[in-house]
Amino acid sequence: MSNKMHVKFTVNGKVEEFLAEPRELLIYTLRERLNITGPHIGCETSHCGACSVTIDGKSVKACTMFAVQADGADITTIEGIGGPDDLHPLQNAFKEHHGLQCGYCTPGMITRATKLLEENPNPTEEEIRFGMAGNICRCTGYQNIIKAIQHAAAEMNAAKEAAE
Amino acid sequence: MIPAAFEYYRPKDMASVLSLLEEHGDDARVMAGGHSLIPMMKLRMADVPHLIDLQDIEGLSDIEIGADTIEIGAMVTQMDLISHEGLADAAPILRETALQIADPQVRYMGTMGGNVANGDPVNDMPGLMQCLDATMSVIGPDGARDILAREFYEAAYMTAREDDEVLTSVTIPRPKGGHAYEKQKRKIGDYATAAAAVQIVKENGVCTSASIAMTNLSDIPIHSPDAEAALVGTAVDDAAIKAAMQAMLGDIDPSEDNRGPVAFKNHVAGVILRRAIERAWSRA
Amino acid sequence: MKDEVTRDERVDNLKGMGCSRKRVEDARFTHGKGNYVDDVKLDGMLFGDFVRSPHAHARIKNIDTSAALEVPGVLAVLTAADLEPLGLHWMPTLAGDKQMVLADGKVLFQGQEVAFVVAEDRYAASDGMEAVVVDYEELPVLVNPFEALKSDVVLREDLVAEDGSIPDGAHGSRKHANHIFTWEAGDKHTTDEVISNAEIVAEEEMYYHRTHPCPLETCGCVASMDKVNGKLTLWGTFQAPHAIRTIVALISGMEEHNIRVISPDIGGGFGNKVGAYPGYVCSVVASIVTGKPVKWIEDRMDNLMTTAFARDYWMKGKISATKDGKITGLHCHVTADHGGFDACADPTKFPAGFMNICTGSYDIPTAFLEVDGVYTNKAPGGVSYRCSFRVTEAVYFIERMIEVLAIKLNMDAAELRRINFIKKEQFPYTAALGWEYDSGDYHTAWDKALKTVDYDGLRAEQAQRVEDFKAGKTRKLMGIGLSFFTEIVGAGPVKNCDILGLGMFDSCEIRIHPTGSAIARLGTISQGQGHATTFAQILASEIGLPADSITIEEGDTDTAPYGLGTYGSRSTPVAGAATAMAGRKIRAKAQMIAAYLLEVHDDDVEFDVDRFVVKGAPEKFKTMKEIAFAAYNQAIPGMEPGLEAVSYYDPPNMTYPFGAYVCVMDIDVDTGVTEIRRFYALDDCGTRINPMIIEGQVHGGLTEALAVALGQEIAYDDMGNVKTGTLMDFFLPTAWEVPNYETDYTVTPSPHHPIGAKGVGESPHVGGVPCFSNAVQDAFRAFGNTHTNMPHDHWRIWKTANELGLHD
Repeated sequence: MSNKMHVKFTVNGKVEEFLAEPRELLIYTLRERLNITGPHIGCETSHCGACSVTIDGKSVKACTMFAVQADGADITTIEGIGGPDDLHPLQNAFKEHHGLQCGYCTPGMITRATKLLEENPNPTEEEIRFGMAGNICRCTGYQNIIKAIQHAAAEMNAAKEAAE
Repeated sequence: MIPAAFEYYRPKDMASVLSLLEEHGDDARVMAGGHSLIPMMKLRMADVPHLIDLQDIEGLSDIEIGADTIEIGAMVTQMDLISHEGLADAAPILRETALQIADPQVRYMGTMGGNVANGDPVNDMPGLMQCLDATMSVIGPDGARDILAREFYEAAYMTAREDDEVLTSVTIPRPKGGHAYEKQKRKIGDYATAAAAVQIVKENGVCTSASIAMTNLSDIPIHSPDAEAALVGTAVDDAAIKAAMQAMLGDIDPSEDNRGPVAFKNHVAGVILRRAIERAWSRA
Repeated sequence: MKDEVTRDERVDNLKGMGCSRKRVEDARFTHGKGNYVDDVKLDGMLFGDFVRSPHAHARIKNIDTSAALEVPGVLAVLTAADLEPLGLHWMPTLAGDKQMVLADGKVLFQGQEVAFVVAEDRYAASDGMEAVVVDYEELPVLVNPFEALKSDVVLREDLVAEDGSIPDGAHGSRKHANHIFTWEAGDKHTTDEVISNAEIVAEEEMYYHRTHPCPLETCGCVASMDKVNGKLTLWGTFQAPHAIRTIVALISGMEEHNIRVISPDIGGGFGNKVGAYPGYVCSVVASIVTGKPVKWIEDRMDNLMTTAFARDYWMKGKISATKDGKITGLHCHVTADHGGFDACADPTKFPAGFMNICTGSYDIPTAFLEVDGVYTNKAPGGVSYRCSFRVTEAVYFIERMIEVLAIKLNMDAAELRRINFIKKEQFPYTAALGWEYDSGDYHTAWDKALKTVDYDGLRAEQAQRVEDFKAGKTRKLMGIGLSFFTEIVGAGPVKNCDILGLGMFDSCEIRIHPTGSAIARLGTISQGQGHATTFAQILASEIGLPADSITIEEGDTDTAPYGLGTYGSRSTPVAGAATAMAGRKIRAKAQMIAAYLLEVHDDDVEFDVDRFVVKGAPEKFKTMKEIAFAAYNQAIPGMEPGLEAVSYYDPPNMTYPFGAYVCVMDIDVDTGVTEIRRFYALDDCGTRINPMIIEGQVHGGLTEALAVALGQEIAYDDMGNVKTGTLMDFFLPTAWEVPNYETDYTVTPSPHHPIGAKGVGESPHVGGVPCFSNAVQDAFRAFGNTHTNMPHDHWRIWKTANELGLHD
């Protein structure tokens, strides 16, 4: 056991402060300390992306980061992306286009996709495949995930145009 | 997968980093993005009683493109290399390589320093740095010093950097001519079965200079002056490429792993090298 | 009363069978509000984790737990010695064998459970594991089943008598200390005779490598013993919650009514979560010992190394035919590597599952199958990874044998299939190895597939490519992979299918609420298949209430009727049938209520979409909503109030979905890299309940097939070390490695299933693996290749090319 450290960061707009052992992985902080259970644990070696969150504008696998590293950071998980009253177009598109089955990869998948569409609002299929390659899905074969992201992108672009 | 307990430090300046390294000696490790180190700690294959996080150190995240050289800070991520506006023109091979490392999330965290400083033979940047004849800048208790990338790697996980030194940046001469980073891997997220970094200058249809290094075909990256020599002065025709492949074959020393046996790797090394040379030549 | 909506609109409003209803599960998953086992958090919950053996075969001389017990936060360390007084140091397997819960004197595979550390949090548990000191004496390691059958090294001393003789096992006599069973099907004598007198015989040996289902969520559980009330609650990743409850009752001695097993959301199963694992037993014991809830969750290495491998079949085949290609006989011998314990998840009477479906889609008059099960120093398992029991192996075998025979005959493999297919008019068809195929129209499906992909055009392109290759114009070869598969799913008839003596029926219980909505509970459990969506569709069509008004609930043994769970594509064939049958019971009572309300005789009303109408007077009707309300508020003479039904469905036969797949692949001869240019999949799963979900299942199954065919394996070195323990080396394809698939279908309903549905979740995997593999092999056919083993990863493809002399 080592000395506990003071950690303070923002998750989904809410400031969280706590004492944690340095070895506490961010994914456990989120899931077990803060009860933010959307991000999941799939591989634990940064291959599968089920734990993907956004930290200070970066897509990050929370299984490969210690909570202390995130001190001061701004974190977004699936829970902060949209809710029943402010559904994100990606959340809707995944449902409309059958982009999920068991649902285990879905929070990481959608979280990563929000960032992908920020990086590239109008991606080709190839760019989506490449940009989502850090997230493994065992159920869908990806085809409908890609379709969902394409449709969400179109919807978001149309909304943006309408607003301009 | 839970690492053993450790003490964590996040110093604000390099002097503090160096004093922590001095205080804890072999028990201390610096960490950049952590995407090589943390999995090893989780598997309890790396024991790090004192972990020093470099993220708050000023001045390690810059990319400076000069008239003759490009300096890349140790904390510059693969994503920074990919998205940097000037770099795509000044040294497109950096972007091409970075895009072939791991996956998007890992590229957001993985850094130049972490990739080159460990001496892990699977990493792509060491071979590229050798190809580009980079200079590694390190700082330690006795001050700063420079080490040529081509002299940096001694054995797997053994480099010319001392344990009490920290890599701060790499500096490369602005690359000239055509480039290619060709990598065969089993899937996204895998290390190279074989990878080749090639930078070639063409003048009047003749190769006037060539830089070649390969990745994950020995316990260190393989820079091959003989392969380079086989191309210089030629029109990079089939005979020249074959000679370069032959020369490279003499320099590499792959070992069998899940990616395949030695004979396969030797063969693929040649194929990948040929493709890299041909692509670089076509861009020269 | 004049209806304002048309009949078509009424049909649409139901969202019943045949429509691509969006999934009701998705809202919670897309919001991160799924509830998987690792999301279960109880007051005072402890964490358990295993000390595992680094050796594949070793005697345990001593286990010292004293230092571990000194680690702050560690409460207990269980070893076999602690479990022995409870009789829980070993547990029965589904295959009639027994398995160590914690190493009892020795270990038989790397990663085997040696001690269970229970601690206040996962950090302390992890430190405790590090502090347990185990003294091992290494023993000779057997990783090859052929060597195991010749070796003097005895892996299972517990299965050898004191005088050295070999007692019978659960499946009859054993030939050697490391032999588990021999299982036969068919007529050996006639088959041998036919083959030895045949005009043409093709022979091949093939190894179907060991792999793993590897769902994204690993296995785990939370056990909570309430000592005050004597009740045990067990949450876990269980594909068969009721069977798990019965097993827990049998091995713990607790009464079943005091055990509540809950399968919450499951993050994919694919067969991994059918079995019972030491982690479940240890968690239950630890909860009983400590009086606190105990959570155990595998990490990914534990998962790949210890729970539920698949395949590992060494298959040797002979196929005979006339000169013009009519198949006359088939012989198959399998040496099955079962690892250290026989923990295969098969129906009791089928130690090699339904491997005897290996005559495939062909009218083969005589056949013989023999399977020898063998112990080795590898992990136990032998689950059906996205397939019905061993059907992937069977279909791979026959679809490779067909290709090998086509080469021998110098015949086109598509044509060879066509002339040997079971004809439409032959159904129901009894195969040489005993199964009665329910329905099929193979020729129609095959012709549609070949026409859609322009098969002749592809062959012409391929021939040109071979010419170009020989002329030095290209270094890429083109492979055309064909496969035609028949699955056997929906286990199954209780007369021949049981697990641990439990008949493999399934069940549905429906309760209609007064305002015309409903809840239906089933004995199955979805792991991504979308049961909450599709079973409601079946019911909507059967009982005329909108699917959106029907809640489907599964996975809680306190509330769901008994059923055998979800695997082997059995949910639609068995539980789907139970759902339809229970719905029909509802409808029968509703008919009487409607007749009463309409003041006509029962026989004078008929069901129409969402209502009962008076025959010949469609303006006189009662909607199901009205009928539901009447069931609760009218005192109908001679009738009990309420509207509920339950059905336990014992299927009269299996169902036999089939399909025709074509893969077009380019292969870089110099690097072994493959590129899938096209994949066409025609599936016939009988009546289609939800086309969107069917398509999704096909995409997913094909992707798992791609993985298995092109690289996914659990590989061991000679010392029994697992070489593929993380996702760096265990191949799970990303979006980048996966192509787009073209899906298609024909519909040949099952004649014996209430709604004609056959099941589809596993077909694409079963048919996909040989299709991808055949594409690789076909690319090299012109250069003399007959067969190479999977997985076709880069270096193995390169090796094939190299051995065929295709490199300089």
